[in-house]
Amino acid sequence: MLTDIIKADLETEVWECLEMVTDPELDEPITDMGFVERVEVIDARRVEVEFRLPTYWCSPNFAFLMAFGIRREIGALSWVREAQVWLNDHCFGDQVNAGVNSGRAFSDVFAEYCNGADLEEVVETFIAKAFDRRQEVMLLGLRKRGLTAEEIVTMRLGAFDRIVFGDEDEIWQKPRYRDLLLTQGLAETPEDLAFPTWDKQPIAAEALDGHLARQRNLRINMEFNGAMCRGLAQTRYKEVEFGEDGPTLVDFMMGRVPPREDAVARK
Amino acid sequence: MYKTPDGKEIFVLDGHTHFWDGSPENQANIHGKQFIDCFYAYHTGFSPKEVLWPKEKFEKYTEDDIYRDLFIDGPDDMAIIQSTYLSDFYKNGFSSIERSSAMAARHPERFIVNGTFDPRDGEKALEYIHYMKEEFDIQGVKMYTAEWNGASKGWRLNDPDAYKCFELCDKLGIRNIHVHKGPTIKPLSLDAFDVTDVDDAATDFQNLNWIVEHCGLPRLDDFTWIATQESNVYGGLAVALPLIYNRPRHFAEIMTELLFWIGPDKILFGSDYGIWTPQWLVERLWNFELPEEVVAGRGVVLDDEAKEKILGLNAAKLYGIDVEAKKKQLAGAPVQIAAE
Repeated sequence: MLTDIIKADLETEVWECLEMVTDPELDEPITDMGFVERVEVIDARRVEVEFRLPTYWCSPNFAFLMAFGIRREIGALSWVREAQVWLNDHCFGDQVNAGVNSGRAFSDVFAEYCNGADLEEVVETFIAKAFDRRQEVMLLGLRKRGLTAEEIVTMRLGAFDRIVFGDEDEIWQKPRYRDLLLTQGLAETPEDLAFPTWDKQPIAAEALDGHLARQRNLRINMEFNGAMCRGLAQTRYKEVEFGEDGPTLVDFMMGRVPPREDAVARK
Repeated sequence: MYKTPDGKEIFVLDGHTHFWDGSPENQANIHGKQFIDCFYAYHTGFSPKEVLWPKEKFEKYTEDDIYRDLFIDGPDDMAIIQSTYLSDFYKNGFSSIERSSAMAARHPERFIVNGTFDPRDGEKALEYIHYMKEEFDIQGVKMYTAEWNGASKGWRLNDPDAYKCFELCDKLGIRNIHVHKGPTIKPLSLDAFDVTDVDDAATDFQNLNWIVEHCGLPRLDDFTWIATQESNVYGGLAVALPLIYNRPRHFAEIMTELLFWIGPDKILFGSDYGIWTPQWLVERLWNFELPEEVVAGRGVVLDDEAKEKILGLNAAKLYGIDVEAKKKQLAGAPVQIAAE
């Protein structure tokens, strides 16, 4: 009984830490997207996580990033001694699973599949997009509050910290935006500008509209991806059945998913 | 022919359709199964409930099905059939030019069948382009850059071998290059949906029209930038349009961006049949209005004139179709209900 409670608590802890892993394309937690399908803690020391992406063809480099992100976050929990991460039903699944469970460094595993090239550039592209996405929410929030362009672009981090946002999305994005400012070295002290560009430049008041137009374009793109991913994840392995009430979607997961010998072998 | 609520007749040229065989009998391996399953998830995830198909029909529909869905139950006047081989996944190709052309031969006045080639085949690709021109007199091709070919898991439009093929297309008068950017697998260091190769190819081949299917999504931001720079780049609405059903506001935002950046003359309707059927898409697009708060300050309009261009006139221009003459021809040969 006690061990069941401990097990459930530890599993909750794992689920919570997995919220830190985002889909690089969407800048949304993989847990919100429903990608994580199983979390299990064994003997209060070993963690197993299985995840599945919306399609078999989802970009393998994102799959790698997410798999290693999961490993990193679980590994940071003090009680974890062993971790195993499984990506299911994916065209590059074998390579991802072998890589993430090998104990080797991410850069090392990755270099193998990149003709020696570096992943950093593509990673940075996506962090830059995440930054703009988060910043746009803040900028639009301040505009809605009636602040002028001048007031917004000259705002310091200290003043930004004191603002209490009300909208759900704003409340969610504020710490996430702040986190990127800090970790990317874009603003550190209360005197630093709260809204630099990704290139660490101040935004001119008259350039704010253009800046926001570019961010809107980016947001529409990311929202499209999010809509596709959610829709596809929802219907993967479902089929249409025609009953008395017309067509309905039925889950054909059981028996329709390609056999997973590896899953059996693991047990 | 789409008849508007006030009785106006709109010419519809469906710019992106397929006549595929994704059935288990034709699947060569697990990838073939996963490919059609993924398409089916698009179908089930983004269609109204009442137009859903059973899996079996989706895997392989008949010559009668496509004719009925597009022209009898659907509003299409004409449709462009795209070819996609996926030879590593399907025994006889996913949708081959031979199979599509045999189907289209029953109603040649309604179909345009496009070819395809794989530049990684080198000399053979060039021979194949000659073959498609001579046998089927193709005017366009569909390029699928994410196609697997042995060890290669994708290619780019600006690869030297691809340029040789485009030079030949230009020479033979194959002017319409439909591009579908799927996820590139290798190298993993590259953004999987990077579209900069479209920019290069469109700049270097000004005689060719580059129709980017799905409007470059999921890289709409990069696509609008490229399409604004290059006068010969067009956007196909396939995949974006179905959002009109359960995410209309988001669809309005996409349309606003497209109209703002590339304008109503360069957007092409495509149902992506059999993933979606054209009837509900055309009906909803015709009745769609951009919400005031989405277009605020952008100066774009999606009026009847713009919709008519998108639904058929733009594609007709690219394929040299005289719309008035075509309307007369089709009026003289009304849709035939096939004997079941």
